[in-house]
Amino acid sequence: MSEGVEKAGGEKGARRIGRSMKLSDKDQQMLKGQHGEAAKLAMSVLVRMAEVYGAAEMMDVSQAHVDACGLLTESGIEFVETLGALGAKVSVPTTLNMVPLDLQNWRQLGVPEEFASGVTRLAKAYTNMGCIPTWTCAPYQGYLTPRFGQQIAWAGSAAIVYANSVLGARTNRYGDYLDICCAITGRVPKCGLHVKHNRKGQVLLRLVDIEPGILEEDVFYPVLGHLLGYLVQDRIPVIEGLPAKVTTDQLKALGAAAASSGAVALFHAVGVTPEASTVEEAFKGDAPQSVVDVHLSDLMAAWSDLSTADEGARLDAIVLGCPHFSYAEFRQLAQVIRWEGIRSLDSGVRAVVLTSQASYALLRRSDFLETIVDFGIEIVLDTCTFNSPIISRDAEFIMTNSGKHAYYAPGKLGVQVAFGSMRDCIRSAVEGFVCREERLWKGS
Amino acid sequence: MGDLVVAGSAEGVAIVSEQPISFWGGFNPQTGEIIDRRHERSGAIVAGKVFVFPQGKGSSTGSAALMESIRAGTAPAAIINLKVDPILALGAILADELYHKTVPIVVLSREDFDAIQEGDYLIVEPDGTIKARTRKTAQ
Repeated sequence: MSEGVEKAGGEKGARRIGRSMKLSDKDQQMLKGQHGEAAKLAMSVLVRMAEVYGAAEMMDVSQAHVDACGLLTESGIEFVETLGALGAKVSVPTTLNMVPLDLQNWRQLGVPEEFASGVTRLAKAYTNMGCIPTWTCAPYQGYLTPRFGQQIAWAGSAAIVYANSVLGARTNRYGDYLDICCAITGRVPKCGLHVKHNRKGQVLLRLVDIEPGILEEDVFYPVLGHLLGYLVQDRIPVIEGLPAKVTTDQLKALGAAAASSGAVALFHAVGVTPEASTVEEAFKGDAPQSVVDVHLSDLMAAWSDLSTADEGARLDAIVLGCPHFSYAEFRQLAQVIRWEGIRSLDSGVRAVVLTSQASYALLRRSDFLETIVDFGIEIVLDTCTFNSPIISRDAEFIMTNSGKHAYYAPGKLGVQVAFGSMRDCIRSAVEGFVCREERLWKGS
Repeated sequence: MGDLVVAGSAEGVAIVSEQPISFWGGFNPQTGEIIDRRHERSGAIVAGKVFVFPQGKGSSTGSAALMESIRAGTAPAAIINLKVDPILALGAILADELYHKTVPIVVLSREDFDAIQEGDYLIVEPDGTIKARTRKTAQ
């Protein structure tokens, strides 16, 4: 150890962030325990977080989405069971994110009994508080979709960015366990994206030489999202050049990828999303902090970065439905399978589609469930391959059409990942190895 | 002068990165390893170290991963950022509420952030003061 002493934080100590907050009478009552011990704990966490956010006061929310149920850990169980033991009940309608288990089919998926019983405890703790058992990371595809302008407390990075951007509801990027604290108290720190002024765009992203045909392809959207997250990190991008007919699933894929490679909680797409009918509206009359032109070459680089596996790699699994598959995506999947003819999966490849019970209920009423099941697709409900042990630890190569899944899979699953379109995923699952047409990114 | 986001005292060797990270999906709370395979510090163990990086990103489960690592003893000793990440702050605050253990988090100016070198031995004091001793190359 050397003698030289440097001062990085300054000799006189750091400023304690935060300022004196104005708490409402009810906030103060909650903090004192007059609304029960659970509300007291929840409010004390919220007040500490309000200091971190630099908020001057609290405000009401009328809906919550809890992500904290999605990960099984000792501390996570302890926190929620502590709240439960103190009599916690949610005070606003509260949907639940995926849970780390297919609650009905976990035995067939080979999930260990002990893990399943832990998750059952976790799930029960949340439903006992009055949360709605939606068990999905795409709650906007099912029950209780937020309204434009509605003040909500949502967690789940892909859900947050969708709620803010596509629906125009207002939430900050809430972390796990603050979500349930907000749901119990019905309160959030008044700051950030809850405040209209803070929702204006910061970075203008112009798609300059991207052919219209490319913009129609689903595979374009997660790639753009992946690029976007790296480019803007936590700033608010305004994308100019997306077609008005972009689908909600494409926007879902874009946002999920951008919230993985970056910390994007809100994007605007001019002529597409509800706070951006024009560029001027998206920036609320201000000039962009910066303007970035996105070229096909940037997208090709982002497309390459999403894959760590090479062409021809022997596949163990394909994973679709990150975020959870919609009914429309199932219909598309059936069309792709039919297009591929009557061939079935390579025997060495598992094909997993993650979805919610809400989308599955629609699928069961469709005339294409059989096509999907006969092909060999495993439809996994309520959960996620990252937090539930579905993909074998021996798996080495997987393929996905999700930017989010491609981002996290190498670290979370210890696999090499190939990113490609839904059709390329299915073709590869039939062939047994990664094969992609790639025509989209080679230009014309 | 820095901003004290979560108070606590800690010391350890600095691991410095210029890249943001998600604590869920990018960090393994069982082992303290950086597992974001696209991250420049992929494979590094940050447990017990002072982890210096610009800001958090990605998953909202980052708070859960940080809290669990604090419980398990695999968390960084302290976190130094350029920008406040409420998700990381939350994880540290929850661990404090639940276990009376935490990871101090301090946000520094670009100048002070840049003054920290990989391998520096940093001491984070309860008021957020950070003292750095440059590590000798041969020891």
